[in-house]
Amino acid sequence: MEKILLAHGGGGSQSAELTRRVFQRFLRDPLLLEMDDAARLPASGQVFTTDSFVVRPLFFPGGDIGRLAVCGTVNDMAVMGAEPLYLSIGFIIEEGLDIARLQKILASIAVACRQSGARIVCADTKVVEKGKADGLFINTAGIGRPAFRKPVHAGRVRPGDAVLLNGPLGLHGISVLTARGEFGLQGSIRSDVAPLWGLVRTCRALDVPFMRDPTRGGLAQTLNELAQGREFGVRIHEEELPIPKKVAAVCDLLGFDPLHVANEGKVVMVVARRDAEKALALLRRHPLGRLARRIGEITAADPGRVVMATRTGSERIVMPPAGEILPRIC
Amino acid sequence: MAETKLGKLADRLRTFSARPGTKIMEVCGSHTVAIRRFGVQRLLPAGVKLVSGPGCPVCVTPDLFIDEAIALARQGATITSFGDMLRVPGSRSSLERERAGGSDIRAVYSPLDALQIAATTQKETVFLAVGFETTAPVIAAAAQLAVEKKLANFSLLTSLRLVPPALKALISSDTGLSGFLLPGHVSAIIGRQAYGFLAAGRLPGVIAGFQAEDIISSLVLLLEMQNKGIYKTVNNYARVVRDQGNERSRSVLAEVFTPADAEWRGLGSIPGSGLALRPAFAALDARKRFAIHADSAPARRGCRCGDVLRGLIDPPACPLFNRSCRPDHPVGPCMVSSEGSCSAWVTYG
Repeated sequence: MEKILLAHGGGGSQSAELTRRVFQRFLRDPLLLEMDDAARLPASGQVFTTDSFVVRPLFFPGGDIGRLAVCGTVNDMAVMGAEPLYLSIGFIIEEGLDIARLQKILASIAVACRQSGARIVCADTKVVEKGKADGLFINTAGIGRPAFRKPVHAGRVRPGDAVLLNGPLGLHGISVLTARGEFGLQGSIRSDVAPLWGLVRTCRALDVPFMRDPTRGGLAQTLNELAQGREFGVRIHEEELPIPKKVAAVCDLLGFDPLHVANEGKVVMVVARRDAEKALALLRRHPLGRLARRIGEITAADPGRVVMATRTGSERIVMPPAGEILPRIC
Repeated sequence: MAETKLGKLADRLRTFSARPGTKIMEVCGSHTVAIRRFGVQRLLPAGVKLVSGPGCPVCVTPDLFIDEAIALARQGATITSFGDMLRVPGSRSSLERERAGGSDIRAVYSPLDALQIAATTQKETVFLAVGFETTAPVIAAAAQLAVEKKLANFSLLTSLRLVPPALKALISSDTGLSGFLLPGHVSAIIGRQAYGFLAAGRLPGVIAGFQAEDIISSLVLLLEMQNKGIYKTVNNYARVVRDQGNERSRSVLAEVFTPADAEWRGLGSIPGSGLALRPAFAALDARKRFAIHADSAPARRGCRCGDVLRGLIDPPACPLFNRSCRPDHPVGPCMVSSEGSCSAWVTYG
C-alpha cells in the first residue's frame, strides 16, 4: 500500500508526481490542468487562487504564519500580473492555543493586508482536539484583477529575454529553520516574507512574459518549471546571484544548495530584452527591489534546461531539489 | 574569466600538461558535490579524470544496516538518525516509508538530540551511528553522556567507518589510481600524519577544503607532484587541518570505540575499518541489547553502486542510472545521498 510521504509535500518532483498520478485522475478541470499559480477565470477575466499554511514555528524572525498566509496568496496573484482584490481566510486551530498568540497573528494579518491592498472579505474557523493539529493551520484564497498591459504568459518567453530577481535568496527558509533552534543555530536571519504586488505593479506597462515567486524548491524549482518542456533554456550567472553570507554558511553546514531554499518575498521576472533596463530601474526604486539585478537570460541553447555559469568559468546544470529538504517551511 | 584570482587558477588547471591516463580519486562525498557544483570536472586538462571514492557514509552502508534499523522500529523502538539515512532503501523498505506507516522514526541533527529524546520519552531510543572520523567523536561523547546520566533506554546501532583502512584496501586492489584528493573534515580529526601509507604506495595526496579555490589549487598540486614524481601528502587546508589532527576528539573516540572489521558496500569486508563499542559500553550496543530480526532480501539487480564507489565506473555506465534510479526515486544509495556521486552527476550535470 503506497502512502503519502513528507517528500510528496515538498513542491518538487515528487509533489508533481503525486499531482499527476493521484489528483489529476479525479480533478481534471482544464483551468486546473494549466497548473499556473492562479486560475484565469474566463467569465470575469479575474484570477483565483488558494494556498494553505502549516509553517512551524508559528513565529519566526521577520514574520509569522499570518503574514505568510496573506503574502503567499497575494504573491500567487501578483506573479500572474494581477492586482490582489479579495481574500478568504480559514483557520484550523488546535485546542489550547493561546488567544494572545492568535491575536498577534491576526494583527500581522491586518498589517499584511494593508500593505498588499487586498481585503479579507470572508472567513471561517474550526477548532480540533489537542494533538490533532500543530497550533494553527491557515488557508487563504484570493481573487485578483489582471493589470499588466501585455499578458504574463510563459508561452511568450523568447530567447534573449532577461531574467531579473529583486533581491537576496534563501532568507525565508533559513530564517524558519534557525527559528526552530535545530542544529544549535540561532535565528539572526530574517525572513523576506512580503507582499509583492506593490513591487511588480511598477512594471505593469512593460513586456513581462513570465513572473514567479520562488517559494518551495527555491530559484532552482522556479527556473526549471519555466524551462521544462520548452524550446528555450535558462542561463544564470553564479556571480550575479545574491546569496547572503549567513545563508551560504548555513547551507554549507547542512549540505543544502541555496538555490533550493524557499523565499517568500522574491520574484523572478522574465522581461523582454528591450525593457530589461527599464524594469531594473523601476524595481530598484521600490523598497522591495533595491537590490534587484539581472541574474541571467533565456537562451536558445540547452532547451528545457537551466544552466549556471559558475565562478570558475565552468558551468553546471541546475536541477530542482529531489524530495523534501525542509518540511513545513510555509 | 582569467582576470579574477579564481579565473587564473582555473586557467592553470585547464591548461596543465598532465600525464595521460591520470586518475584522481576525490575520497569525500562533500568534495564530489562541490566539484560538480563548481563545474570543476569541466576544467580538467586532457588525460585527467576524477573518480568518486568511498567517503559518502550513506553510500557505503550496506542494505543489512537499514534492514536492522527497520526491524528495530517495527519491534517498537524509537529510531533516531541523521536525516539522509531516512530515504535509503533497505532490501525491502526504507525508514521514510516505515515512518509513514506509523513507526516512530525521527530525524535529528546530532546524537545529543537523540539523548534528549530518550530522556523525555522514556521509550527505547536507538541512534543510528553512521559516519566517519568526523561524526564518530560526537557519537562517542553522546555514549559517555548516556552512561554518565544513566540513560537506561538509549542505545546505538553502529556502522561507523574509518577512512585510512579503506584507502589502503583500494590501493592494494589495483584500481589504477594516480593520487587522492583527501577529505578536509576527516583530516581535521586524524591529521596529515594518518596518510603515511600513501607515500609508501608511491601516491601523492592533497588534503583539500571545500571552496572552488581549495579544490582547484589542490588538483594543480596533485598534478604537479605527479609530474615531478613526488609522493607526499600535502596539507592544502591548513586553516582547518593540523598535522596531528584533533587529539582530543581522537582520545574521546578511543575511550568509547575500538577498531573492528567492517563491511563496505562495493569494497567488501575491510580489516580494522570500522568501530565497535568497547566492552565498558556494551550496554549501549543495540545488537547486544535486542534480538534483531532483520528481514533481508537478495541485493538489487543491476545496481552498480559498488563499482561506482571503487572508482571503476562513472555513474552513467550503470544500467539504472537516471532511468529507473533517479534522485526522486533512488534504487541505490549513491543516488539517495546528496553526497552520492550518482546524485551529484544527475543534479549538477
